[in-house]
Amino acid sequence: MSENIKSKKKSRRSFIHQASGAMGIVAVSAAGWPLIDQMNPSKDVEALATIEVDISELVEGQSKTVLWRGKPLFIKHRSQKEINDANNVDINQLPHPENDEERVKNPKYLVLIGVCTHLGCVPASDKGDFQGWFCPCHGSHYDTSGRIRKGPAPKNLEIPPYTFKDENTILVG
Amino acid sequence: MSNLKKNERGILNWIDYRLPVISFLKHSAVDYPTPRNLNYWWNFGSLAGFFLLVQIITGVILSMHYTAHVDHAFNSIEHIMRNVNHGWLIRYIHMNGASFFFIVVYIHIFRGLYYGSYKAPRELLWWLGIIILLLMMATAFMGYVLPWGQMSFWGATVITNLFSAIPLIGDNITQWLWGGYSVDNPTLSRFYTLHFLLPFLIVGVVILHIVALHTHGSNNPLGIDKKGPQDSIPFHPFYTIKDLFGLSFALTIFFAVVFFAPDFLGHPDNYIPADPLKTPAHIVPEWYFLPFYAILRAIPDKLGGVIAMFSAIFVLFLLPWLDTSKVRSATFRPIYKILFWIFLLDTIILGWVGSKPAEGIYIIISRIATSYYFVHFLILLPLLGKFEKSRPLPESIGKPVLAE
Amino acid sequence: MHILTIAIFLVSLIFNSYSADKALKPEQYPFSFSKPLGKIDKNSAQRGLQVYVEVCASCHGLKHVAYRSLEGLGYNKDQINRIAAQFQLNDLPNDEGEILKRNAIFSDYFVEPYENYNAAKAANNGAYPPDLSLMVKARKDGANYVRSLLLGYTDAPEGFDVGEGYYNKYMAGNVIAMPQPLYGDDVEYKDGTKASLEQEVNDLVTFLTWTSMPDLENRRAAGLKVIFFLFIMTIVFYLSYRKIWSELKN
Repeated sequence: MSENIKSKKKSRRSFIHQASGAMGIVAVSAAGWPLIDQMNPSKDVEALATIEVDISELVEGQSKTVLWRGKPLFIKHRSQKEINDANNVDINQLPHPENDEERVKNPKYLVLIGVCTHLGCVPASDKGDFQGWFCPCHGSHYDTSGRIRKGPAPKNLEIPPYTFKDENTILVG
Repeated sequence: MSNLKKNERGILNWIDYRLPVISFLKHSAVDYPTPRNLNYWWNFGSLAGFFLLVQIITGVILSMHYTAHVDHAFNSIEHIMRNVNHGWLIRYIHMNGASFFFIVVYIHIFRGLYYGSYKAPRELLWWLGIIILLLMMATAFMGYVLPWGQMSFWGATVITNLFSAIPLIGDNITQWLWGGYSVDNPTLSRFYTLHFLLPFLIVGVVILHIVALHTHGSNNPLGIDKKGPQDSIPFHPFYTIKDLFGLSFALTIFFAVVFFAPDFLGHPDNYIPADPLKTPAHIVPEWYFLPFYAILRAIPDKLGGVIAMFSAIFVLFLLPWLDTSKVRSATFRPIYKILFWIFLLDTIILGWVGSKPAEGIYIIISRIATSYYFVHFLILLPLLGKFEKSRPLPESIGKPVLAE
Repeated sequence: MHILTIAIFLVSLIFNSYSADKALKPEQYPFSFSKPLGKIDKNSAQRGLQVYVEVCASCHGLKHVAYRSLEGLGYNKDQINRIAAQFQLNDLPNDEGEILKRNAIFSDYFVEPYENYNAAKAANNGAYPPDLSLMVKARKDGANYVRSLLLGYTDAPEGFDVGEGYYNKYMAGNVIAMPQPLYGDDVEYKDGTKASLEQEVNDLVTFLTWTSMPDLENRRAAGLKVIFFLFIMTIVFYLSYRKIWSELKN
């Protein structure tokens, strides 16, 4: 009989200790989250994630660089020749096969994040073997559609999310 | 060390054989023999350590978002409050954490006063504690300057001006503190650096404090030494769980303040940006400085006031020798027990007049209370040890506990 | 020189505590947020925003508040952009280095009414109209204080010299540099609420409480959960503690 009481007592005892331990763990992890989350982008930074770019004065052949989320954004007004060059490619030969149409909303305007997909340098415009962009850091060559053609970069230049607000304004972000 | 043998297997043993951290922890936080009769007033030591940790963690985080420049400091605080994820929570914890750190430490000190924890062989333990208090005060004062509100600025101005009371070189010292001719950007910048640095110094002194504590073990409510193993119990699990319970209770109160009255302990004027051309109507320091502020203002002479204020803390260093009684605990000292409560009341009165304008009746009260503060330490305590007839001490710690 | 600073400080302390005594204690009003678990009345705060934009904003800034944060009062992004477009600010220098005006947008902070501190002072008889972002937090019993102050304009008692200011029994010293800003017919509320002096003041104070403490509702909601959790945890820890110590006594 006394054995029974003892074991019952013991189980209640260990239950309360387990409950203590569980609550302690919950408390510590709940306290941890704000301490981690505070390093994520703050509200003011998030609000700047969208910008408008005026392209009315961008003439054919010219490109414009603006800052978006702290990164350069290339907006290129492509000539017909450049558009043709971008389309006259067998995409199966490319390291990262993408059609030019997939990469533009309006073929005249190419919008790219100007960060080399290799290690984050900024490629130079109208340079390189394919008349697109050339990254000076480790020699990656991009074509007039911003696709990687030669060099160590694994992927094409990234396209940011954007829309044409009207004919002359691009809304990025 | 004893039960971790070098030939036993396991990663922990492997590490411990090479770097005895586990033995050390076991020795000082698990097996550590603690008097079996400690009451809840002994919770406040570990609580103080906890709040120090909270201040350091939240402080390091705030420093990631704060800008120490007179043009940006105030705005960067608002940035933390409004834009940073959970920034308001972290800042409110840091703000109120300072207050709670002081509450806990003051209770810890008064516990030491009541139970005679400063007496031999714990004099250096006591000294290290006072050094921690001084470092805390410096840290808290400089931290209060960082938001660069009106109270920050004028508090800094008044307190740094205290040093100008030093004869001959006073003005040079204040200019040296300011890095200019008034509290300004150089002052803010260096206060920020020191505010960041000092807490780590506090951690260092806390470690020494614990080393000194563990050398002769904790004092206890009876104030008598341990006579044998029957008088003590291992720290873990008995005091770990008791400390955790106390911590959880304290946190409930702490977070009630943080979430429902976060600005209660602050001053509204500190939400007005600093203006060097306009002094606020009432300048009051944070509540934990009020008793010392009252002592400062009680003396009609500038230098005298400053000396009295610093003496109020430095007299604590002499306490182990000023108190001539051999009996530690106030439980067995009928007259000291009364004096203890009068002294506690006296410090509360000092805190209260410190928050009042220095005029009329308040000046008289502050002078009486200040005088009593020093009379208590310098006259009453030395004499008391000679005349007081203490009650008989129990034979051992274990006896009255087991007799229960 | 330092003695002078301290002397000025002490004199001002005494002086101001006298004059502060002359100000009446603010009248207590039961706002939606007054109770510990109260919330900000969003409709009232939206009307208060209208009062701020149409009346206060001509002199007082709200520089710590971003338009985007108005989402907290229940506006959507388009509505916020329309509210923001009522304010103009200096753009960044363009490609030619000229600084042009542009309409404020979502991500901007409330545009301040004056170019700088001195311009603000000069336009207001030498008295700087304080920024209102933190007004409710920056005064003791702030919400009631601002409400009482805005309702507290009366004629000065016989023989009381207000100088260039105005008489207000809730102001420290009873003289305020700001003329009575609200009379009751200052706005036509978009939601059809009938404007009256007290209505406008209550709405404005609700709005300014929100600008001072945008965290208020989150804080209270989170606080309730945290306190509840800690309360339970304290009890569980206590039981654990009793169990462990009961083993000692046996």
